[in-house]
Amino acid sequence: MRTQHQKWISLGLMAGLSCYFLLSSAQPAYAMHIAEGFLPVQWAVFWWAVSLPFFILGLRSLTRITKKNPELKLLLALAGAFTFVLSALKIPSVTGSCSHPTGIGLGTILFGPLVMTVLGSLVLVFQAILIAHGGITTLGANVFSMAIVGPFMAYVVYNTVMKTGMQRVAIFLAAMLEGLLTYLMTAIQLALAFPAIQGGFLASLIKFTSVFAITQLPLAISEGLLTVLIWGWLQKYGQQELKTLKVLEQEQ
Amino acid sequence: MNKQLSSGLLIAGVLILLMGPLLALQGREFGATDGNFTEAIEKDYPNYKPWFQPVIRDSGPEVQTFLFTLQAGIGAGVTGYILGLYQGRSEKHKKDKL
Repeated sequence: MRTQHQKWISLGLMAGLSCYFLLSSAQPAYAMHIAEGFLPVQWAVFWWAVSLPFFILGLRSLTRITKKNPELKLLLALAGAFTFVLSALKIPSVTGSCSHPTGIGLGTILFGPLVMTVLGSLVLVFQAILIAHGGITTLGANVFSMAIVGPFMAYVVYNTVMKTGMQRVAIFLAAMLEGLLTYLMTAIQLALAFPAIQGGFLASLIKFTSVFAITQLPLAISEGLLTVLIWGWLQKYGQQELKTLKVLEQEQ
Repeated sequence: MNKQLSSGLLIAGVLILLMGPLLALQGREFGATDGNFTEAIEKDYPNYKPWFQPVIRDSGPEVQTFLFTLQAGIGAGVTGYILGLYQGRSEKHKKDKL
């Protein structure tokens, strides 16, 4: 009887979460990746060149994991799907402007930063080609901020906070700061390519940062909360996979 | 802390963060953040022209809504499916043990 009860509550939560995801995505807007053609050629090429090696390393890491533990493919799909959902959600924020979280944190905590470089890039390619959100020429720059800086930040934060033993706090902070840093990186990229005529790089950076900093904060907190929520379910139902991943980590 | 209670609190937190701005800024139209970016660039660099166009041109807000909803729908569907599968598996495991 008790498990029956629990099952219904969990089902309700899952349905509710799905509805929430669907409903709140119904707001059309461009969000935060650098738009197609909006980086000068030399910068576009530069960021492509910087991002490509990470992507290749990520592919290697991904194939290694799936070859060794094919049963983890489902969990990989989950990490990818989570990023897919969250980066489609243009959420209204306190500044009266909309932006979206990235959802990179969850996968990073599970599989490490390089795997998320690949999954994040796939999401960016989907958005660049189908939705005209981001772009092919700016893909290198967007991959660098969302799928390289983001996951590495999450990785560092998670491992630092985990030393205190508070896992949920570590997950929350990793997912939250990853989102913020992604957008800070975007601002840096734009400021480098378009330094202000008066004040140069720094003035531009402050201007671009002020555009998103406050907007992004509540979204980053939301992302942190959602990541902890999904983690709770994984801990309850995905023990096997989490154990396999622990073992993987120890071997490396 | 009780697992269900904490899940509830997490969802409540997200809902408050989501609804808060909508309620507080009623009647205002929510813009997009990167629109602000491109505007800021155009102010300082009025001569800069984007040198590449999206492969599939923007076909208006309706199509955009569709595509973003599609993306979220696929993502949420896969997420829910896998979590459900895991849950079913762990429940079966529990039953087999009894």
